[in-house]
Amino acid sequence: MKKTGFLERLRDWDADRFDLTEKTAGDMHPDLSPKPLKQEIPDAPLERLATRGERAFDRLYPVLALVLGTVMIVFLFLTVLDLPPYGAADNPAHNEVTARYLGSGTAETGAVNAVAGVILDYRAFDTLGESHVLYAAITAVLILLLVQSDAPEADDPGARLMERDPILTVTASVIAPIVILFGVYNMLTGHLGPGGGFSGGAIVGAGLILLSFAFGPHRMKRIVTFRTFRIASISALCFYSVSKLYSFFCGANGLHTIFSPGTPSRILSAGLILPLNIAVGVVVSFTMYGLYSLFERGRIG
Amino acid sequence: MNDFLMKLWDSRFAVAAVILFAVGFVTLLLHRNLIKKIIGLNIMDTAAYLLLTSLGYIENRLSPILRGDDTDPAHYVNPLPAGLVLTGIVVSVSVTAVLLALTIRLYRRYHSLNVDEIYKMAQKEHGV
Amino acid sequence: MEFTVNLPLFAAALCLICSAVSAVLPEKAARRLCLALCGLVAIAFGLLLAYGLSSDAATTYRMGHYPHPWGNELFFGTLEPLLLCVFATVMLLCLLGGGSHLENDLEQGKRRYYYVMCELVLSSLIALCCTNDVFTGYVFIEISTVASCGLLMIRQLGRTTLASIRYLIFSLIGSGLFLLGLILLYAVTGHLLMPDLSRAIGTLWESGQYRSVLLTSICLVTVGLAVKGGLFPFHFWMPDTYGYATPASGGILSGLVSKGYIFFLLRVIFRVFGTEVFYKSGVSNVLFVLGAIGVIVGSVSAARETDVARMIAYSSASQIGYIFMGFGLSPQLGVLASVFHILTHAITKPPLFLSAAQIARIAGGRDRKLWLGAGHKNRLAGLTFTACALSMIGIPLTMGFVSKYRFGLAAFDNPKLIVPTLIVLAVSTILNTWYFMRVVIRLYTPASGPDGPRVRMREQRPFAVAAIAFLCMNIGFGVAAKPVVTLIEHGLILLKEAL
Repeated sequence: MKKTGFLERLRDWDADRFDLTEKTAGDMHPDLSPKPLKQEIPDAPLERLATRGERAFDRLYPVLALVLGTVMIVFLFLTVLDLPPYGAADNPAHNEVTARYLGSGTAETGAVNAVAGVILDYRAFDTLGESHVLYAAITAVLILLLVQSDAPEADDPGARLMERDPILTVTASVIAPIVILFGVYNMLTGHLGPGGGFSGGAIVGAGLILLSFAFGPHRMKRIVTFRTFRIASISALCFYSVSKLYSFFCGANGLHTIFSPGTPSRILSAGLILPLNIAVGVVVSFTMYGLYSLFERGRIG
Repeated sequence: MNDFLMKLWDSRFAVAAVILFAVGFVTLLLHRNLIKKIIGLNIMDTAAYLLLTSLGYIENRLSPILRGDDTDPAHYVNPLPAGLVLTGIVVSVSVTAVLLALTIRLYRRYHSLNVDEIYKMAQKEHGV
Repeated sequence: MEFTVNLPLFAAALCLICSAVSAVLPEKAARRLCLALCGLVAIAFGLLLAYGLSSDAATTYRMGHYPHPWGNELFFGTLEPLLLCVFATVMLLCLLGGGSHLENDLEQGKRRYYYVMCELVLSSLIALCCTNDVFTGYVFIEISTVASCGLLMIRQLGRTTLASIRYLIFSLIGSGLFLLGLILLYAVTGHLLMPDLSRAIGTLWESGQYRSVLLTSICLVTVGLAVKGGLFPFHFWMPDTYGYATPASGGILSGLVSKGYIFFLLRVIFRVFGTEVFYKSGVSNVLFVLGAIGVIVGSVSAARETDVARMIAYSSASQIGYIFMGFGLSPQLGVLASVFHILTHAITKPPLFLSAAQIARIAGGRDRKLWLGAGHKNRLAGLTFTACALSMIGIPLTMGFVSKYRFGLAAFDNPKLIVPTLIVLAVSTILNTWYFMRVVIRLYTPASGPDGPRVRMREQRPFAVAAIAFLCMNIGFGVAAKPVVTLIEHGLILLKEAL
């Protein structure tokens, strides 16, 4: 077997090896030995040199990788020894920025949970981007794994066996509602205490995945279909973008917004933070369930 | 020596983060298995988040859930790193999902997780 | 006119909203929406450019009620609107010109997701070019990474899947390093907004405190963004990524996405580290060396390729090398040349991909050996390819000439680097001429066999519109280079001064 050079692998095979008459995808052989490289005889010494260099690089790769890793780690190690000490109150990171987030956060945003105030009000543009990272990811996974045929799914005996497993179904039917309820609670009280859209959404997503495990995809269709998945996440995202557009616009132009901080520590307070937490929670929970479902069966619902 | 140890102790979380980062980086570079590469990448991310979280901590202070009328910033830890880590975690979940989906596609096509073998088989597959 | 400053916010938010809506629209409607959005964004930034020129000052735009250092902000002068206007136009033309290939390459029913990804890429370009907050930069870098990976892998071949996993891993290493650099910066300054960071870094640098942390973070941020931009040792993902993607994606990825990262790096250098600190830290020399090697290695690799799309992709690696070389040369003329080259590359590379795909279709493959006489079969594609190749080589009247001229001028800005810069320019121009002309000559060598059918204009109307628009932009910027250069110069001054 001819050993393939690392650089060749990285940089891909030479295009000369394209055999334009041969059929494309599909016909893979179990035999893995690569075809002899029918490279043109290098017409320049430069090229011969390059090929030799690649081979040497290939042999040295693990060593190089280790050296690179070690050098980087030593540098980082020396750097972090120079960092301000852990846990000290006078570190540069604890400055006037933090002081305002903590000192006037409740008055300005209405959120008792300072972290929620920071991510959904002070630095809301980051978080808007963040939920679109999730959206980009689920779209990418949809592109990769969504099965488009309308053919009924192959009957998976393993899945049916799981469905009938009494321990799993009983446990799930007891636990899943509690999990989902806790997730929703987390979402709704994100401005009052630990929690918020991301954590609450992840918990609800976990509850949905548990249900899907126990009762199988057919019965899950009563709760989540592709249609509900799309409508819920798209409208949550749109609501998020539109409401933030409004609040950014008002903020930048010094206009009065219709959202007020309200009375802190009441459930209906903190202006936009509560609805945004719900929107984020919807996006996250459906995305989590969607990822699981796509990984497992190539479709949602 | 004592000074050095004190320094090491002062930045213990940062040092731990560097070690984790090293583990992740070497895993990523040296393993040929795609799943292990993804795990390495995740460990690298985790190291970054550990470092970031440790920056926010201040000894003997409360979590940044404001209690009652006590809005004295000197009583709470720094809320900003927590928010940043949250963002980071979501990002890392997303890219891990995409990486795993790509791996599934490659596995379905080539029946292998080994990068080298996949390259060889892709070499056999011609044309575009 | 005052309202104009709101346009970047509206453009970014509109992109995000459209990306969500596109996922549920019928495919034709999603395509139209995306095209309309690109057009609107181009117009919006055109207006903003006019506003910036008339007001002659940079704008800091508060995202919400809180100014820096507490809340997110945008910042734009005249440079950002210019770049974004060009970027949005290029994306529009790519989608228009590559439309027929999109229909062939993409699975029915998943095409709408292509437009979702395009809109996300556009939104991240806007945010990367305009943000005043480094962490926002990180978040949108990640959107851009995932979305560009989507643009690549949506053509579902084994190869593109392989290329996209490699691209994604490289990109993630890059953004991981960038994030680590940001965290170190945050640890010693406590800020994330660019003006405050810059002030804090200036103080720290003068006092000498945390010097090693600052240096490490400068390295990490630069290397991280360079990996994502595709600087020399990290350019290996390029040929696969750009070469096997559907041509519109190839154009968008090579012309726009990598430029977003590079321009963000430029903003970080100017507005966070400050040119003085950055150029004293020595990282700029590393950028110069790697850039120069990248120019040569990219050209040599391109010369070795027979697959034209991969050749163009390798040539991208060498163009990126030019840009980083300019960063390394000097903060004035060098960066000016780099920014002009960003425009050149964004306008020249996509039509090369599009016309190569168009020729490959009539010639029956992308191997240059098959291209004998293909320039006669599809005259417009042949003309576009030739003109853009000439621009890449640097023939007068094209943008490429202005770029190379500016790089030559920039060399004299840094007396130590005059000779190496000029040598690199000369060698790469020779190599460029060799490998591009080899293809062009083949295109117009009459084939011996019977003439095949010709492709007429009306069979490829969208491509024709896009190609002609690209050529007009190229010649226009090439002829009227003077005002553009002045504009960029002015924009760079605004970027530096308005801290």
